[in-house]
Amino acid sequence: MRRFSWFNATSLTLGFAFLYLPMILLIVYSFNASKLVTVWAGFSTQWYGELFRDEAFLDAAWVTLQVAVISSTIATVLGTMAAIVLVRSGRFVGRTLFSGMIYAPLVMPEVITGLSLLLLFIGIGLDRGVLTIVLAHTTFSMCYVSVVVSSRLVSFDQSLEEAALDLGCSPFDAFRLVTLPIIAPAVISGWLLAFTLSLDDLVIASFTAGPSATTLPIKIFSSVRLGVSPEINALSTIMIGIVAVGVITASLISKRASLRQQQDEQAAARATG
Amino acid sequence: MRRLLIAIPYLWLLALFLVPFLIVLKISLSDVVLAIPPYAPTLDLSEGWAGIKAFFAALDFENYWFLTSDDLYWKAYLSSLQIALISTAITLLVGYPIAYGMARAPQEWQATLLLLVILPFWTSFLIRVYSWMGILSTEGILNQVLLFIGIIDEPLTLLNTNTAVYIGIVYTYLPFMILPIYAALEKMDDSLLEAAEDLGCSRIGAFWLVTVPLSRSGIVAGCFLVFIPAIGEFVIPSLLGGSRTLMIGKVLWEEFFNNRDWPVASAVAIILLLILIIPIILFQRNQQKQREVEG
Amino acid sequence: MAQPMAQTVFAPWDDPDETPLIRFENVTKRFGDFTAIDDLSLDIYAREFFALLGPSGCGKTTMMRMLAGFETPTSGTIRLAGQDIAPVPPNKRAVNMMFQSYALFPHLSVWDNIAFGLRREGMDKDALNDRVEEMLRLTRLGKFAKRKPHQISGGQRQRVALARSLAKAPKLLLLDEPLGALDAKLREDTQFELMDIQEKTGTTFVIVTHDQEEAMTVASRVAVMDEGRLVQVATPDRIYETPETVYVADFIGDVNIIEGTAAPDGDQTHVIWAEGHDPIIGSTDRAFERGQQVFYAIRPEKVAISANRPEDAVNAVKGKILDIAYLGNLSTYHVELPTGHIIKAQTANTRRIARRAYTWEDEVWLSWTGTAGILLES
Repeated sequence: MRRFSWFNATSLTLGFAFLYLPMILLIVYSFNASKLVTVWAGFSTQWYGELFRDEAFLDAAWVTLQVAVISSTIATVLGTMAAIVLVRSGRFVGRTLFSGMIYAPLVMPEVITGLSLLLLFIGIGLDRGVLTIVLAHTTFSMCYVSVVVSSRLVSFDQSLEEAALDLGCSPFDAFRLVTLPIIAPAVISGWLLAFTLSLDDLVIASFTAGPSATTLPIKIFSSVRLGVSPEINALSTIMIGIVAVGVITASLISKRASLRQQQDEQAAARATG
Repeated sequence: MRRLLIAIPYLWLLALFLVPFLIVLKISLSDVVLAIPPYAPTLDLSEGWAGIKAFFAALDFENYWFLTSDDLYWKAYLSSLQIALISTAITLLVGYPIAYGMARAPQEWQATLLLLVILPFWTSFLIRVYSWMGILSTEGILNQVLLFIGIIDEPLTLLNTNTAVYIGIVYTYLPFMILPIYAALEKMDDSLLEAAEDLGCSRIGAFWLVTVPLSRSGIVAGCFLVFIPAIGEFVIPSLLGGSRTLMIGKVLWEEFFNNRDWPVASAVAIILLLILIIPIILFQRNQQKQREVEG
Repeated sequence: MAQPMAQTVFAPWDDPDETPLIRFENVTKRFGDFTAIDDLSLDIYAREFFALLGPSGCGKTTMMRMLAGFETPTSGTIRLAGQDIAPVPPNKRAVNMMFQSYALFPHLSVWDNIAFGLRREGMDKDALNDRVEEMLRLTRLGKFAKRKPHQISGGQRQRVALARSLAKAPKLLLLDEPLGALDAKLREDTQFELMDIQEKTGTTFVIVTHDQEEAMTVASRVAVMDEGRLVQVATPDRIYETPETVYVADFIGDVNIIEGTAAPDGDQTHVIWAEGHDPIIGSTDRAFERGQQVFYAIRPEKVAISANRPEDAVNAVKGKILDIAYLGNLSTYHVELPTGHIIKAQTANTRRIARRAYTWEDEVWLSWTGTAGILLES
C-alpha cells in the first residue's frame, strides 16, 4: 500500500494551491460588498443582482449559448465523420491533405485562424454575425471532436462490425446499431469539448463576430480590459460553478459505471470458478 | 456512401480552413491602400494567365520587407519566443513535481487528483487569466500579504509586466504539462525503482537514471503543448502584460484592428506560422515515436 | 479406428455422386505481395464438421473470411450450393460466423444479441421469441438471457456467440478458433458440446484452429494447411496414421523421423538408415526406387521398450535411456542409439504403483512391427 511521502504531499499541496487559490479568491470577492475588489467590506450578493439586470450581458450570454449549441452539434457530426474517414477509409486521393487539415487547427494560433476566417467572410461578402461565429467555431472544434472520436475508434474491435454485417446488417445499420452506441461516450465527450471550446473562445469570435452579435467572452474581455470588476467576478463564479458541477457529476457517473462493470465481471468470473 | 462520408468533412475543411489560409497568403503579398477592403490585390485571377504572370512580375514581398525594416516586428518575434521558452521551462519545473506526486500517490487518490487537474482545463481560459488581475495589482492580495508579512515595504509593480505574463502562462498551461508527464509516470512499474536501488542506486540516483528517462516522452509532449500555443498567445499579454510586453499575437491583433493594415497583419501571420512549423514537426515526430513504442 | 460398418458411416467425400456444399476452385488470395492462399481447390460437404488446421499465417483464417464475405478471392471461384458467392455481400449470405473474440455486442443483453440477426430478417415477433428461446435452451443459457456480455463468464460468452450465429439457421457456420479463449478443462467439455450441437442442428460447420487435438476431436475431416496450400485433407484417423508428408506427421502428434535410403524387397521396403545396423523393415503402398531418399516415421506409442531383445521382433535396436518424461497416464522414454539418433518410446502406466522398470542410463531394446511405421518421401 502506497502512502504520500513528505515530499510528494508538499508538492501536491503547493501545486493545487497554485491552481485553485486564484479561482477561490475570485469566488470570495464576488460576494464582496465593496466596489473596490481588493478591500473586503462584508458579504453581499448585490453583484449577482446587477449582473442579472445587465441586458448586454444577458444578450451576450444568449448569443454564446446559441453559438455553442449549434456549432458543437454540427462539429460533432462532421468530426465523427472525419474520424471514421481517418481510421477506416484506408487510402484515398488527398488523404495526407485531409489528415493535415484535421490536425493543423489544433496547433494553429487562434489569431491566425481568426484572421484567415475573417478575410474569407469579407472576401465572399458574408455579413458577420451569429452565422459566421458558428461557421468558425464548427471548423476548429470539429478537429478536436475527430481527435477524441478517432482515438476511441482505433481501439474499437472491428469484428463487432463484421459480426453485425454477418448477421444481416447493411453497413449503415451496422454503424447505427453497433458502432455508434458503443462509441457514444467518446462522441458525447467530443460534443462537450466542442461546446466548452465554443463557450470559451475569445480570439476567433472577436475576429468573426460583427457588431450585431457579441459573445460573452468578448463582453468580458472588453470590460476587464479596463480593470477588475465585481460583476465579472460574479459571472466568473457562476461559470466556474457550472463547470465544476458538470465535471464532477460526469466523473462520478463514469466512476460508478466502471465500478459496476468491475463488480459484474468479478461476479461472472466467480460464477464459473 | 463512402464518397459522401469523405466529401462532406473534406469540403468543409477545404472551404473554411485551407481557402482562408490561402487568402491570408495572397493578401500578405498585396499592397495596402486606404479603402474598404484596405488592400489592393496584386493577384487578379479574373484576368486568367495574364493576371498570374502580372502577379509574379510584381511580386515584391514588400510587406515582408517592411517587417524586417521595422524593429518592432523582429523584436516581437524574438520576445515571443523568449517568453514562450522561459515560461515553458518554469511550467516544467512546477508541473513535474505535481505530476510525480500524483503518479506516486496512493491508488485510491489518483482519480481525485486527476479530476483536480482536469477541472481547470474545462474552466474558462479567460476567467482564469482574469483571476490574476486582482491578485497581481498594486493593491492586490499578493502585495497585501507580502506587506503584511513584512517581506516588502512598498507594493511591487507586478501587473502589466512580463513577470505577470510568465505567471499567467504557467498558470493557464500547467494542466497541459502535468497530464502527459503524469500519463508517462503512471505507467511506470514501481519495481523498476526497487530494482535500481537493489542494484546500488541511491534514491536520487534512481530518480535521475530511471524515472526521468522513462518520463521523457511525457516531458517532451508537455513542453510542446505549452510552447506552441504560448508563442501565439494573445489574451495573456493583453490582460496581464504591459505596454512594453511584445508578443506577436498581440502585434498581429493591433496591426489588424487598430492600424487596419491587413497586408502586414497577414505577413505577420505567415511568418508566425513559419516559426511554428519547426516545433510542430518535432512534436509530431515525438508523438509518432511514442505510438510506435507503445505499438 | 477404421469403421467396419461401411454403409452407415458418414463419408460423403467418398461418394462420387454427392455434390459438395462448398467448392473452392483454384482460389488464390493475395494481399499486396503476400500470397495468403495459393491456387487452392477444396470440396466441403453438407453436414460435415470440417476443420482447417495449421500454424498461424498459413491462410486458414483467410479461407474463412472469404467464406463469410469479408475478403474476396484474387482469382478463382468459391461456390456455395453451386452458386458463385463472390458478388454476394456478407449481410446477404446464408453463412454465419462465430468470431474468435466472440464479438458480442456489449450494449445488448444476451437475449438481444441472439435476436439481433433475426430482427434484421424482419421475423415476426412470436416466431422470433420462439427461435431465441429455442437457442437459449440449446445452449443452456436460459438463466442468463437478461444479462449483458460482461456479466457472464467466458464459457457462457462462447455459448452466446454460438447461439447468435446459429439463430438464423445458416447453411454454413464458420467458427474462428472458437475455444481459443477458454482454459484447458472447459475447452474439453465445450468440444463435445459443439459436436453435440452440430449433430442436433445438422448444420455444416467449418472450424479454424491451430490446436491439432481440437481438430482431431471435433472434425469429420481435417485439412492441414501450410503457407496457403492444402497439405492433406482426410479424416482424423487417416491424418494421424497415414500422413502423406513429413510436415503432417510432425504437425499432428509426436513422431520419430528416421532418414535413410529405400531398398525395395518384394512387398516390403527396407530402409537403410545407418551403417552396421540392420535396415528397418517397413511396408508401404507406394513404390520407392532403390537408393531413393526416404523418411521413416513412427509414433512413440508404437515403439515397445524391453530389457532384452524380443525374439520375434521385426525391427529392434539397442540404446541407452537419456531422459524419462512422466506424464501421469503415459511415460515417454528418450533413448539414444549408438548412431546418435534419439528415439522416443511411450508406454501406458496401467498400474498405479509400479516399480519403475527402467531408469536413466539403462541399456534397453526398442522394437516395433513391420507395419507400425510409415515411409514418406519428404
